[in-house]
Amino acid sequence: MIKYIVTRISTKHREQVLNKPVSESVQDRFTQSTSKFHFMNSATNNSLVKYCLRIADSSLVLGQRLGEWCGHGPILEEDIALTNISLDLIGQARAFYTYAAQLENKGKTEDDFAFFRDEREYYNLLLTEQPNGDFGQTILRQFLISTYSYYFYSALKTSNDSTLSSLAEKSLKEVTYHLRHSSEWLIRLGDGTAESHQRVENAIDELWRFTGDMFDMDEVDELLIKEGIAINLASLKEPWEKKVKEVFLKATLKFPENQFMIQGSRNGKHTEHLGHLLTEMQALPRTFPGAEW
Amino acid sequence: MSNSQWPLWEVFTQKKSGLPFEHAGSVHAPDKELALQNARDVYSRRNEATCIWVVPSEYIISSTPEDMGSFFEPSNDKIYRHPNFYKTPGASFE
Amino acid sequence: MHTPTEQERETEFQARIDRGEMIEPKDWMPERYRKQLIRMMSQHAHSEVVGMLPEGNWITRAPSLRRKAVLLAKVQDEGGHGLYIYCGTETLDVSREQMIDDLLSGKAKYSSIFNYPTQTWADIGAIGWLVDGAAIVNQTALAKCSYGPYSRAMVRICKEENFHHKQGYEILATLMKGTPEQRAMAQDSMNRWWWPSLMMFGPSDKDSPNSGELMRWKVKRHSNDDLRQRFIDRTVPQAENIGLKVPDADLKFNPETKHYNHGEIDWAEFYNVIKGNGICNRERLKARREAHQQGAWVREAAEAFAAKHKENMIAA
Repeated sequence: MIKYIVTRISTKHREQVLNKPVSESVQDRFTQSTSKFHFMNSATNNSLVKYCLRIADSSLVLGQRLGEWCGHGPILEEDIALTNISLDLIGQARAFYTYAAQLENKGKTEDDFAFFRDEREYYNLLLTEQPNGDFGQTILRQFLISTYSYYFYSALKTSNDSTLSSLAEKSLKEVTYHLRHSSEWLIRLGDGTAESHQRVENAIDELWRFTGDMFDMDEVDELLIKEGIAINLASLKEPWEKKVKEVFLKATLKFPENQFMIQGSRNGKHTEHLGHLLTEMQALPRTFPGAEW
Repeated sequence: MSNSQWPLWEVFTQKKSGLPFEHAGSVHAPDKELALQNARDVYSRRNEATCIWVVPSEYIISSTPEDMGSFFEPSNDKIYRHPNFYKTPGASFE
Repeated sequence: MHTPTEQERETEFQARIDRGEMIEPKDWMPERYRKQLIRMMSQHAHSEVVGMLPEGNWITRAPSLRRKAVLLAKVQDEGGHGLYIYCGTETLDVSREQMIDDLLSGKAKYSSIFNYPTQTWADIGAIGWLVDGAAIVNQTALAKCSYGPYSRAMVRICKEENFHHKQGYEILATLMKGTPEQRAMAQDSMNRWWWPSLMMFGPSDKDSPNSGELMRWKVKRHSNDDLRQRFIDRTVPQAENIGLKVPDADLKFNPETKHYNHGEIDWAEFYNVIKGNGICNRERLKARREAHQQGAWVREAAEAFAAKHKENMIAA
């Protein structure tokens, strides 16, 4: 008789992972790297805080968007898959916020960063805040960002900052799957029916203008690149384009050329979508300031 | 609206390398890559697997309840196939 | 060779059940057993999937990142549970598509509890603790049911469901340790969810038409009233533990029976919600219909792709 495998231990494991404050799970990495804070000057430190917030904000906002799909997916299996991606992203956000709080050393928590900053203080990539649209738009958005994150974390793994590099290593495993999942879906939608092809073409038309924002750099990057902490985003552009072209080709989709790019996330400039997303997300903690949940 | 549905696949998971694969359940998927991904997303949410097999359900060949007597009862009386049939203390490698 | 008559087969079937044997998909079974299982299992699967909606209502508004992750994982689990049970039901020769059609057309039922709205964050705690608590009592019993695929799905589900119950209780316990507003929020939620949770076990045994047959087939192992009592006995001390008041003036521990006596359940409300007059009946079905309809082109695209690339279908 066919039997179900026993999952008791792993169920407990999931509880532990979910319940554990992120601060614990990355604590060992902090302990290893705490000593270097003495050598890090305040400009570097401030830049690194902002760098972490950028990464965390993008992960959180995209995770929040994917969370909107939960219970509404096109088929139950895919509903579950999108939530897995959302959970990975929220986990990444928590880890990078926690590191930012540690670096900033003002007693803040991951939740202070997530719930008590306004949209002008959010640095997430413009692409992440774009509405889900139909499933085609969600998959395209996921594919474009996962491709970016894949090369980003691959490079960040070599950061001089040991915490960043170990967080990058963990995140890379997750986004590698996100990339596989979204590529395979994009190929099926692009090369599926006439309707699905058209829907993805529409999504490209809608979202492509936000892709330039991903490679934008400012003085934060400049300073941290000098220290060997951050990575040169310009160097990601070529592999990113190559991968996108490769998958678009399989998906029978046209790669857009010479399009105008909308930028601004580095300075907290956003489309109007972000404000609504944050209002919804932050409502409860802001209604009851100081409350524990 | 589509009235058909994606084919059904049976999912087998291996908890750890070296352990046998066990039936975990099924998923619907249009092809083998998405079957594998769906199986991963549905049946290893709690670290339950290090390897997954997926098989289209229609390719599972099962014996039938009618086969039960002729298939399995003949091995019932071959107790000499079991080590505890032999009363030889000290001869075991275990 | 003697071909057994329908009557002989039924007698043998009942004998197998009485010996405690499990029934597997290819085994002979009375048509009525198959029908009843399809009804129960699909209703159960639909409840899991529709149940994603009231809790999903708070995913984007969870008050901390930890709570957001836990809630997402939990609602996702409900989807997984629905999936396990749909697959289990498919072994009875009914397609998932058919079951979903029956849900969307209103022919098939799902648990009425999910037609109540989640108005506050505390409701997420109440659903985990009370609704999932009641579900665990039900499902633990079903894990021993006579149909193999249903029983196996329940074993898996019960293991996962315990985390849901605990996280719900933790939400309420945290609120009860919080500000006066938070405590009021928790108590209000308790007041709204207590009675509907008791109704989840179904009508009293004397008014439950299917119970006798299902018990004889060991699909159900305990009566509705017994399971309800078990839930109350376990839950009342937990409520008292964190200072929540059970909204039942007649609730009293009976030292002789060692059970809590409880007040009358308002069955008129129960039947009213079943009839479709709950606050959220329409919205729940509408949400499921929309998800299904808007997903149609996606499912078709993947099918079309598979047809074009046959090498992706089976081992190439």
